[in-house]
Formats: sequence, structure tokens, C-alpha cells
Amino acid sequence: HALCMVSDATGCGKERQGHMKMKLSRAEYKEIVRWTEQLRPTRQLVSNDIFLPFSPQKRTKRTISRHHAPDVIESHYQRYEKQTQRFILLKSSKTFLLRQLYCVLHRICLFCFIFLSTASKSVLNSMLKEPSLIPDQTLAKNVYQCTVNDCCYGPLVDCIKHAIGHEHEVLLCDKLREKNLSFLDENQLRAKGYDKTPDIILEVPVAVEGHIVHWIESKASFGDDHSHRTYLNEQFWSYWNRFGPGLVIYWYGFIGELDCQRDRGILLKDCFPTDIVVLGRAAQQD
Amino acid sequence: ASAIFALLPTKFNESILPGPHSDSLTFSDPELTVHKHEFIPFLLNFLRDQSSQALTHGPATPAKTPSRPRPSASSRGFPERRASRSGGGGSRGTSRVQLFSPTPSPGSESGLGHVSSPSFPASWSPASRPSGSERRPSQRISLGDYVLSPPELQKGRRRSGNGAGRHAGGGRAAHHADDNGRRTGRGGGTNEHVSPPSAGQLNFNNLEDFPPVGSSPVTPTPSSPHRGNKPSRRINPTPVSTDRSHSKPKMCFTSTPFTQAPSPPPLVLERPDTRVTAVSPHSLMEERELLKREKLGSKVTPDQQTACPETSKVTLASDLDVLAELYCACISENLVPNVFLELFFEKVHNCVYFAVKVLENQYHLLAHLDKCTLRLLAENERVASFSPRLRDRLSQAQDTSTAKVLSPSVSTFIHSVPFQPATDNRSNFSSDKAFHTFKKQRDIFYELLREWEDFHKEPGWIFDMALGSRIRGIMSQLTAAGNHSHFARLFLKQLVQMCKGPRVSGSSGDTPDADLLVMLGADGLGRLKRLEERLIQPHGVGGPCPPPSFPGHQEFFRDFLCQLNQHLQDSLCQQLLQLDEQVRIPPDPPRTSRQDEKQRFASVLLLARLLAKFLGFISFLPYQTTEKPSREIQEAAVALRSKSVPVLDVCGVLRNSMKHRRTILTVPWLVEFLSMLDFTGPLLLNYRVVLGTLCLLYRKMTLGRCSETSYLNRLLIVSVLGWLFQVDSSLRHAFIEENSVCGVSIQDGIPLVDQQLLYTCCPFLDEFRKLLAAFVSGSSAKGGGIVRKITPTSAEPQDAAGGNGERSQQKLQADLEQAFFHNQPPSLRRTVEFVAERVGSNAVKHMKATFVSELVEKGDKMLRDGLESPKANPSKLNESICAQLCEAGLDALSRATRFCCEKSPEAIRILLPDETSPAVLTTSENITIHLATEKACGWLSANITALIRREWKCRYERVTKTLTADSRKHGRKGHFTISQLNRIFSKDLLSVAVGPRMDEELPSGSRLQTLFRNVRDTLVLLFVVTLNITPPPLPPFF
Repeated sequence: HALCMVSDATGCGKERQGHMKMKLSRAEYKEIVRWTEQLRPTRQLVSNDIFLPFSPQKRTKRTISRHHAPDVIESHYQRYEKQTQRFILLKSSKTFLLRQLYCVLHRICLFCFIFLSTASKSVLNSMLKEPSLIPDQTLAKNVYQCTVNDCCYGPLVDCIKHAIGHEHEVLLCDKLREKNLSFLDENQLRAKGYDKTPDIILEVPVAVEGHIVHWIESKASFGDDHSHRTYLNEQFWSYWNRFGPGLVIYWYGFIGELDCQRDRGILLKDCFPTDIVVLGRAAQQD
Repeated sequence: ASAIFALLPTKFNESILPGPHSDSLTFSDPELTVHKHEFIPFLLNFLRDQSSQALTHGPATPAKTPSRPRPSASSRGFPERRASRSGGGGSRGTSRVQLFSPTPSPGSESGLGHVSSPSFPASWSPASRPSGSERRPSQRISLGDYVLSPPELQKGRRRSGNGAGRHAGGGRAAHHADDNGRRTGRGGGTNEHVSPPSAGQLNFNNLEDFPPVGSSPVTPTPSSPHRGNKPSRRINPTPVSTDRSHSKPKMCFTSTPFTQAPSPPPLVLERPDTRVTAVSPHSLMEERELLKREKLGSKVTPDQQTACPETSKVTLASDLDVLAELYCACISENLVPNVFLELFFEKVHNCVYFAVKVLENQYHLLAHLDKCTLRLLAENERVASFSPRLRDRLSQAQDTSTAKVLSPSVSTFIHSVPFQPATDNRSNFSSDKAFHTFKKQRDIFYELLREWEDFHKEPGWIFDMALGSRIRGIMSQLTAAGNHSHFARLFLKQLVQMCKGPRVSGSSGDTPDADLLVMLGADGLGRLKRLEERLIQPHGVGGPCPPPSFPGHQEFFRDFLCQLNQHLQDSLCQQLLQLDEQVRIPPDPPRTSRQDEKQRFASVLLLARLLAKFLGFISFLPYQTTEKPSREIQEAAVALRSKSVPVLDVCGVLRNSMKHRRTILTVPWLVEFLSMLDFTGPLLLNYRVVLGTLCLLYRKMTLGRCSETSYLNRLLIVSVLGWLFQVDSSLRHAFIEENSVCGVSIQDGIPLVDQQLLYTCCPFLDEFRKLLAAFVSGSSAKGGGIVRKITPTSAEPQDAAGGNGERSQQKLQADLEQAFFHNQPPSLRRTVEFVAERVGSNAVKHMKATFVSELVEKGDKMLRDGLESPKANPSKLNESICAQLCEAGLDALSRATRFCCEKSPEAIRILLPDETSPAVLTTSENITIHLATEKACGWLSANITALIRREWKCRYERVTKTLTADSRKHGRKGHFTISQLNRIFSKDLLSVAVGPRMDEELPSGSRLQTLFRNVRDTLVLLFVVTLNITPPPLPPFF
């Protein structure tokens, strides 16, 4: 099932290439978010281009911690204990409080499980990924159901996201080869001992829209304020610090206002750039 | 000297001599030498004092007062803000100090001890050197004179000695009365120098060679008391300095904050004897100030009629001439501490006259200033009316002046320091932890840099508060992980990357309109910069001798450094010495690479200066104090510090540099280093020696007596040294100190310095232009000046897309080229540059050897063919052939290009590692081709025509000679000289020709014929082989 979903997701890739530009103004973005918040997330939502930028994942992060409080966990556990039917977690999450937070439920389950056993965190995580490892059959089934149906968190969603990300990296590399631009990918860089590695580094820099580009980072997501800020601090500036100015492609678009660091060496695009000036080629034409 | 002494009253001599001498420790010299020693400082002081009178007309006009404060505030703004940000109160002592000590005492004890000013700023900030007060004595008067409200003025002008009593009245009126009274009492006439001094201490009063002719009502008070008490101070060491430091704060021309904290009296009193030495020659400054004052004055007070000098009002012209000559001699012989200070002129009537005379005399110095300055000076109406000849010469000089001073070629984006696996990957670190720590440190470092860029100009932002904790964090991590050297390298590289350029660009944070600039293109950018320059010009006046500063991004690095680091010092030192040593200045490089040589030199020089400044900064940072330490403390410090090894063996460096004839490189950076010295620094033996040596060097560097080619070389050294001596009084004293270091020899070498570099290294030279510009804008207010219109142009997008498109494309290509090297190992760049240089040079040689000689052969044939025709006109033929050859010669460019395209890739492929990826290899090849072609074609396009002409001329002469020789053998009339005959004719022929002794000796007819044939052959051969002999007509008997 999971595999199917992944191939599903990658299948859509072809369509995505020709997809509409997704550079929104901040106001537009907020307006859309206001509407999509009312939608109930589904798996389709995750793998659908239109909704991906507005996936509820970001919103829920804020509320997760609420469920981690011991007393909340305790009450969840009580609820679980009372109803010994199958798929109770799924049902209960539909009916009350947790709505979209299947994966949070996982965690809660496992927290519950901790009460019973004394497993380490890594063991718990591996149990999440592989529910059959859970000794309690009922719980294992519950967890499995949650994994399959969770459209925001969990191994399956991670897998989908990873696949989409990888797909776009491949796409990027294809485009570069098509343009005859030579580059080093992440693995080659790591082998050379770089401490921070963007998706690709161009061996010969190019100019995109008049800005020098040394490296390109591919992001198969929508660049909103929160994620962009995080990426800047953790990745993009680090790349700049080492390799100079570069380009970030948010394949699913970004908030236009965020593209304000061009002169400082970070350029945002929502597609593979068309206006590429290559060293020497123009001169040779002369 | 006798001339000036003749001018001066004997009283003066008496008065000036005892003062300093009694104080200076040992003076074994006979009195005569003392006189000589004294003379220059005295002369300078004298001039300054006299001229300072002229400025005093300022305060009389209240009208200007409102307008004045603004420029003053703005001019102060930058340094002040910087100072305060960096924790300093920004206060800069403004005490009036003498230019340099009048005692040229070899007894360094007195000299050294006394040099620094009696008062110091309340708090030290790295931006404003502690001795700022002294460093900018020049700033003191000018502005203030206009700004001050009467009481302040009075206070400011107040002097100890007899002055105190006079000013007790407090009102300006009192001043006036007092002064005028005195003046009239003295006779109000011109030749007052004979009159006795009014008071025992006021010896200078009798030196009124320049009576305030037109401006006597306005020329008020301060000058005379002010003049008067210089000697008085010398004699009577009362706490004048307190006086000064309090009194003059607003008089600073620039950058002296109004809110100067009064220096605590004890400090001042600490060393009353300071004044003794710090007496006279600040007249230099005044001289300089005069100009400013006048300009500013007239600018602000257009209604001030009295300030307008007129030739007709000049009195005592002949005396002034003598003075001017004398003064010029001093300048020419580098007897003044700062040659450039002397260029500022002013003073109503007499002053202007004097100043123009001096300027005229020192024309050669002026001629090397930049074009804009020259234009302004030439257009200065005063110069025009006083010396039309000077004006004409200046106008001429404009044409030859090449410097475009305001052409900053600032790269639009700042590179980071590239990650190089060879030095930066895991294998270079002791542990994983160290590796990852450094990863974080690098990111934090840049984060801080960006944050600084964004916020440092915001009010209330304090470096230490905002970034301090994180910097300390980095530093403590460094200690933990032992990453010092890595971080020091990063820091240094980034510093060089950002700050090396001539003009520090504004931080990228404040260039939101960069897009606009890009649209305008490079040219538009330059123009915009110039416009900006003009608009902010009045604000930008930093004074003729600005204190050492850390402009732009340098400030970030300086503040960062305050968490100093020995490792950084080590790498700075090492890099600096490497730089200094690695540069070999070739005695005579081939002409093709002159320009390259210059560029390379400029780059090295700028880098070395930057590094040296920072090395000096961190080396002396621990010793920096806000106030001059007391003598005891200083002595203790000297004793203590003389035990430790100095960071840099300055003496050795300088000695080596002289030995290897690269003072032109070493001195400028050494000056940067020494300008960072703390109070005690100059007392240490090695710095004392080096300062003395520099001083000797300076004096020997007379500008008047060197060739035009190396003039700018010398000028650079002279002006940086002048700045050093001027900027810090404790260094200034060194100027006077007679040092026994000998063997200072000056080598001029090849011209390496151009005006661009000169102005980059000495931005204060630009002040001159700014001043003149300010004058222009000021006088234009009067309606008489020239108003330079700023023609508004609009950026047309259409045009930008079209015309500028290509230009911006070129710029983009250049940027891409630079960017390419950024992430490649440094060796790649070196290889490419080397190969390009060689291949380019080879291409030129190849063209000379093949193409040009082919062309000449062709021309030879054409000439011979052409001469066959009976109506041939050789000279016309020559011209036409030459023209044809030159035109064909342009083909050399394409041939050279082909040569480069062929040779460069071969060389690159061999020299780069085999593992180089194809893309990198191809790009390197292309860049090499491009560079080599550029070099070859650059040279060829400039020189090919001349080269062909030269070669052709040679050939033409040879051919014509041969041909004439050929034609001559058919018998033309003429005669041989005896010597030539001797060379050709054999003895026997001669004997035959002159006359046989007996019949048997007469040669037969056949023998004669053979002889003649031989002679003919010899002659032809001779003409062909020795080209320089013009074929003489053959003797008649041929």
C-alpha cells in the first residue's frame, strides 16, 4: 500500500513539471490558508499539488505539545484501555479532539506503551515504523491503521515526502544536464569532506537573472515564512558562507516577499530558471 | 634664513630661543645651530599665526552662524557616531597643540615626554585614537571660529599668560576694544615688527607683518592673544592646556564633538612641561585651516565684504615674497612635517597673496593632484586674480593629470571565504567535535557579520551588547576545540575580501536600490557614485589629516577583534611579512608588463596596509589607554615592555626593505602599523629607532629633485609619512628628533604608484578638492562663482535593455569569471593567470618575429617595385606603403588571438591535475584564452602601428641606401673625405693616385681597372653592411 502511494506521488511528478507558477504574495497566501484550514486533511491533500503548500502539518505542530502533557496522555490511555475494539484509535481520533493528529496518536500510544514496558526511545521509533514489532497485537494493529491513514505524520508520509523531494532533485539534475551544466551532487560533496552540502554545486558558476549562482538547493515544498526562515538559518546561509551566492528552487512556490536576499546572494525561484547566462558562451558568440 | 631673521625683530629671537632651550635637556650645539633648529618650527608657527588672523573676521558676521552648524555636525557625525558606538565617548580632545615641538632636541627624553598633548579624551575608543586631541590639532580653529557664540569664542581664545587678564571681561566688545587698542597702540601700520612686544611674554605681537588691512574692524581679537601666548606658554607653563581642551572643542573643523568632556585638570597639570615642547609649529595647521576658514567663511557669509582679498590691497609684497620663498624652500626640503598641509592657503589680501605665491612655487606638488582638484583650483577666482600664470599652468596640468579619483570599482557582491576541502575538511581537524564546532563557528561568524551589516547604523545599536555574547561564545568554543588557527584564517580572509578594496562600499544592507544601479549599468553606477559624492561632499570633509580610522566593514572586524586573539596576530604577522618579502620589485620590467606590474603592486600594497593596520591595532590594543599615562607609569611600562619581544621587528623590516629597495611598499604599510601605536609605544627603543629612520627618510625624500617617473612614488611615501607625523603628536616629535641612524638612501625605482593608488592610500589628499569645491559652492552663493549644475537624467528602461545590456553582460561575464575561481583551489587561479600572462606575452613576441617581419618584407618588395618606375617619389611611396602596412598590421590582432586560442589550452591541460573535471578544464582554458588574448591584443592594438612604423622605417632606410649606393656606382659627382678614402683605398692605390715616385710604379691600365673594381665593390659592401653611413658622393675621378 505504501509503495503504491509513493509511486502515486512520483507519478504526479510529470504533471507537476508544467505546473503553474506558484509565487504568491503573502496576502494571497494568508487568504488561501484561511480557507484550507477548514478542510479536513486527507492523504490526497498531501499528495496533491494544489494543497501541498497548505498542508495542515505546519499548523498542527503548534498543538502537538498539548498532547504530550502527562495528564493528557493519561486520559488518552484511559480511553484506549476502556475500548478494546479494533481500530479504536482511528475512530476515536475521528470523533474527538485529535482530528488530524494520527501520528500524534501514535506517539501517545507508545507513550502508553511505555507505561507498560520500559522500552527505549529508539526501540519505540522502530516500532512505529514497523508495527509488527509491537508485542501487543491490538496495539500493533491500531498503530498500523494510524500509519496508513495519517496524512500528515508518520513513516508513510515521510516516505512520500522523501520521494517527492528526491524526484525533484532528480528533475533538477536532469535539467542541468540538459543545459550542459556540470555539477557536483550531494554525495560527491560529502565524499570530499564538505561540512555542509547543498543539493548540487555548479562546477562553473552561472548567472541567473543577473545573479551569480554557485549552488542550487531543491525544495519540494512551498516556501512559507516559517519554513523559509528555518531553512535560511540552517541551510541557505551556511551554503552562502562556504560557497558564495546560490539559488533555491521551491518547486511548490513560495511567498514572493521572501525573495528579498537576491543582492546578498540567495535567489528564490519556483521552477528551473530559464534566464541562465553561462561563462564565456556569450563572449564566444561575439 | 638670514632673510627671515632680517625680517624679524631681534626681540623675537631672544624670546624664542631661551624658552625651549632652557627646557630641553642637553644642548651641546652652539647657539647657531640652535637657531637653525628653531627656525623652521618658528617660521611655520609664525606663518600660521599671522594667517590665523585672517580667519578671525568670521565671528563678526552673525549671519553665518546658523548655517554653519549643520555641516559641522554632519562632518562630525560619522566619526563621532562610530566612536560612541564602540564604547568611546567619542570625545576627542581638541586642545590646541603645536604642530611639533620646537625643540628639535636630540635629548629624546624631553622630546618624547613632551610630545603628546596635555589633555586627552575622556574615554578611549578604538575609532578615535586616544591621542585624537593631538592628532587633529588642525581641526581646531576653523569651523569653530564661525560657530562659536561670543562667550564660547572667548573662552576658546583665551590664553594663559597675559591673555587671561585681557579676556576676563568676557564680552566680545571687550575683546575688540582690547585688541584694537593694542593694535593702534602699536601703530596700526605695517612695519610693526620692530616695535617692542607689549608684554614680556607676548613676543609675537611685534611680528605684525600682516596688518589686517581691509578687515581691521572685523579682524578681531583672538588672533593676537592666541598668537601671543604661544611663546608665553613656553615660558610660563601654567595649565594652559586645560584651557585649550575646554575652550576649543567647537573649533574643530571636523569630527570634534561638541560634547567634549573636559579633561580633568589633574591630567593637564600632570606634565606642565609638555607645553614647552609642544609649542610652535602648529602654524602649519593654521595655514591650512586658513584656507578652509576662508572658503567656509566666504561660503557662509557671502555678505562679508571684508573677506574678499584683492591684489591691490597687498602690502609689503616683497617681504611676502621672501617669506614665501623661504617657506617653499622648507617644503621642498621636506623640513616640514607634512608637506601637504602646506598647500592650504588663505588669508585675506596678504594671506592670499602669500598663499598663491607658495602655491605657485610648489606647483610641481600641485600638478600631481587629481584632475578635479586642479580644475577647482584653476577656477578659483582668487588664484586667477592673484596669479593668472598659476591659473594657466593649472589648467594645463589638468590635461596631463590622469587620476580619476572617484572611480571606485566596487564589486557588487561580497564573496564569502570559500570552503576548500584541502584545508577545511574533516582531515584538517583533530576530532569530529572540532570539525563540527568550526562548522558552527563559521556560520555564527557570518551571522554576526550580516547582523552587523543590517543594524550597525541604527541608533542605539551597540556592538558589544548585540553581538558580544555570541562572539565570546565563539571564542570560548575556540578554546575548547582548539580551532584557533582555523578561525583566524577565516577571519583574516574575510577581512581581506571585504576591506581590501580602495573604497569600502556601503554595506549591502543599505543598498536596496541595487537593482536600479544594475539597470543603470556600470557607467551609470559610477556617475551615481560621483553624484552621491558631490551631494554629501560638505559632510565628508575629514580634515587634512584625519586620524586613523576603520571605515566601512573594517569597523566590524575591529570591534570583533576587541575579543582579541593571539593566533590572529600570529597569522597577520606572518602573512604581512610574507607579503613584504615575496614582492620583488624588478629593476626594469619589460614595458609590456608595466601596467600589470602596477596593478599587482597596488593590490599587494593595499593588502599589506590593511593587514598592517589590524596587526598594529591588536598589537597595541592591550596597551591603549584613554589618557596619557603619567610619566612614572610610562617609564615603568617602557622598562617592562622592552623586555618582551615586539610583535614585529620594525627596524629589521625597514632596514631590509631599504636594502632590497622596496621602501615604496614597506613604508606605507609600516605607517599604517605605527599609526596604531599607543602612548608608550613610541618610547620603546625599536619604535623610536624606526620613527627616526622614517623621519630621515622623509627628509631625504625631497620631491623637487626627482624624476617625473618616480614622482608619484615619492609623493606617496611623503604623504603617508606626513600623515603619520601629523596625526599623532607623539610621532610628530620624532620628526624633530635628530636621529643618528644613518644610511638612509633613497631609491626611486620604477614608477609603481599612480594617482589612483595615491588617493586610495591617502584619502585625505582629497580634502583639498572638497575644500575648493566647498568654496565654489560658497562663492556661488554670492553670485560670482561657478555653479555646477547637476543635470538630472532619467534611467530609461528601453535604453537599459539595449545600450546598457551589453555592458552589463560584460560585467556579468567578468563577475562570473571571478566567481568561477571562488570555489576552486587557489592554485587553479594562479595557474590560469600565469599561463595567460605567458601566452599573451609569447603571442606578442611571435607576432613581432613572424607577422611584422613578413609585413616588412612585403613592404620591401613594394618599395623596390615602386622605385622601378621612373616617376617614383620615394618619400610618397614610403608613406603609402607605410599606411598599407599599418592597415594590414591590424590583422595581427586576429593572428594573436588565434595564437592564444591554440597555445593556452595546451598549457593549461598540462599544468592542471589530470583529475580536473572536464567542465572546470574547459572553463579554465577559455578563461586563459580570454585573458591571454586580452593581454596580447591590448598591447598589440596600442603598439602594433608604432612597431610596424619603426621596423618599416629601418627597412626603408636600408633599402634606399642600398639603392642609392647601387645608383651611385653609375657615377655621380661628389667627393670623399680623406678618412673614408683611407678606409677604402689600399696603400698602393693611394700611392698611385697621389703620385708615383718613378715610372715603374705606374700601374698598368688593367691593374687600375681591377683596383677600381675592387674599390667599387668595397664601397657597395660597406654601405650595405654599415647602414649608418650615409653614402657620400663618389670622388670626381670615378
